[in-house]
Amino acid sequence: MSLIEIDNLKKNYVNDEVVTHVLHNINFKINEGEFVAIMGPSGSGKSTLMHILSFLDRPTSGVYKFEGKDIKDFDDDYLAKLRNEKVGFVFQSFNLLARTTVLDNVKLPLVYSKIKDLDSLAEKALESVGLSHRLNYFTNQISGGEKQRVAIARALVNNPAVIFADEPTGNLDSKSGNTVMYILQKLNNEGHTIILVTHETDTANHAKRIIKIKDGEIISDEKITKRTIAEEDKDLIK
Amino acid sequence: MDFIGTIRLVFRTLLARKGRSFLTILGIVIGVAGVIIIISLGAGAQSLILGQVLKLGSNLLSVSPGGGDANGPPSAVYGVTVTTLVNSDADALRSKTQVPHAVAVNAMVRGPATVVWQNKNVDTNFIGTDSSYPDVVSFAMKEGLFINQQEAGGNANVAVLGSTVADELFGGTGVDPIGQIIKIKNSSQSQPGGVPLRIIGVVTPRGSSFFQDNDDQVFLPLTIGQEQLLGVHYLQAINIKVDLADNIEQTRADVTRVLNQNHHILRAVDADFTVYSIADAVKVLSTITDALRLFLTAMAALALIVGGIGILNIMLATVAERTREIGLRKAVGATNGAVMRQFLIEAGVLTFLGGVIGIIIGAVISFIISLVMKSLGYDWQFVISITSVLLAVGVSILTGVIFGLYPALKASKLNPIDALRYE
Repeated sequence: MSLIEIDNLKKNYVNDEVVTHVLHNINFKINEGEFVAIMGPSGSGKSTLMHILSFLDRPTSGVYKFEGKDIKDFDDDYLAKLRNEKVGFVFQSFNLLARTTVLDNVKLPLVYSKIKDLDSLAEKALESVGLSHRLNYFTNQISGGEKQRVAIARALVNNPAVIFADEPTGNLDSKSGNTVMYILQKLNNEGHTIILVTHETDTANHAKRIIKIKDGEIISDEKITKRTIAEEDKDLIK
Repeated sequence: MDFIGTIRLVFRTLLARKGRSFLTILGIVIGVAGVIIIISLGAGAQSLILGQVLKLGSNLLSVSPGGGDANGPPSAVYGVTVTTLVNSDADALRSKTQVPHAVAVNAMVRGPATVVWQNKNVDTNFIGTDSSYPDVVSFAMKEGLFINQQEAGGNANVAVLGSTVADELFGGTGVDPIGQIIKIKNSSQSQPGGVPLRIIGVVTPRGSSFFQDNDDQVFLPLTIGQEQLLGVHYLQAINIKVDLADNIEQTRADVTRVLNQNHHILRAVDADFTVYSIADAVKVLSTITDALRLFLTAMAALALIVGGIGILNIMLATVAERTREIGLRKAVGATNGAVMRQFLIEAGVLTFLGGVIGIIIGAVISFIISLVMKSLGYDWQFVISITSVLLAVGVSILTGVIFGLYPALKASKLNPIDALRYE
């Protein structure tokens, strides 16, 4: 059984009775432990695809099976529960809460779960991104690279089945970006399934498999032969 | 997320925006403080009026000239001069066989007067009365005696001074007022130069009642007041002291019967006099205070509604401002219900705090008012009822929840994708 199974998936947006076809005839499977990059130019529909895969949106037609179950059968509250328990998000613009400490930001997904031991889980997640020394800093007191690592810790904290990273290096300098990719690869090595959405080939090459999308259709889906391995930067991760 | 967790989150959010949070609840603070002050003042005023009514003496019936409508005050209250109540009415009421429960019957007139002693002038009020005045109204003499029956009946030229008048005339002179001759003048009197009166007594200070200084008065025999000062032959009031509270209604019926006979009145609607008891007076007064309180409460309610609209406005702005936060919360697993709860509780907590601050401010202001009233000599009680406090807190939380409902609903309906993209 695959973790994610997409069969003939379509997505249309209707705006003032004008129908826009964003995705058509999308088919693929993603297994546990994969590191997939979804690549395409802006407007290709890759973000929409990610939103559907991460239960933020629903397909217009077609089948999306997650862990073997068709999500069509789930109501909105159950999708929220799936996002809470099965999915971690890393966004291009970090989306950390302002005027809130690093630790509280990482705890955020747990707040909406039934998990009790919030602090130690959040501390563990922060340790794995090398930010144990920043627990009680406010988010406006840390650098962009550190912010994205906080976001990764937040994505990790609920031990999700899959981590979605939407242009995670888009707002970072190359050094910080490299560290983010290093951490994502490390997490993948530890067994986490990662789906990376990007339009940069350099970033996409850190994955193991690339699905290329153009105008709402898959134009290629292949394994990466010359994979980029990000080096650990001792200066950035203390 | 559980309720406690939400409360904690809400407090953290609100504390992060202290200044704005305070401005948001200012309307509620003012509204609640207004409610507390109004209810406290209403209770204080009522206790004051009740105390003053009791000071006048309980078991009291009063007859005013002119018929009144059943629910309203007699026409004399509106300044209409009615001349139908006369001395023979008072005499008829003194008959023990006709009005068995009347302990004392006092006939009186009153008016403005100028009192002259040597080169001093004092503007004051006179009360022309018979000797039974002290029996009807709680009363004590500081020195000398009150007008006795012979003096009152014999038209003697005597006067009893209220303490204020005595102080103004004789204070600092070292002269004992008793035995001194004063002249008293009224604008409508016939005799030029004033009526000479010998002072026979001074009353102990009695304080104020119904915003009238009871010590700024001169008492003199009824007929002097009627004939020499006012130039009239009618009475302005007859006061009747009843022996027991249980006999008040019986006595009221007796008085009405006697006066109807005297005035040849057959139908109740034709009555040219009104008999009312202290209870009636309290009723009239509480009608006025109730109306006032209702009006002020309506104003306070208006303030609360305006405050609520303030909450609505700020919460809407807050939801717009925190669109990304809402999107993020939804992305990491907050259900619509959880987001809705967060914003509803936020509004509720805000207005609850507003209510608490308002109660404190209202209580402090009410307390200061009670101190001021006490220092002015009124028997003013500081009353804050638990009911009013609970009401204020309840109403303010309700205001928050009602006016927070729409913004909270709006927040919960946000699409997380749009919310995350929102700049």
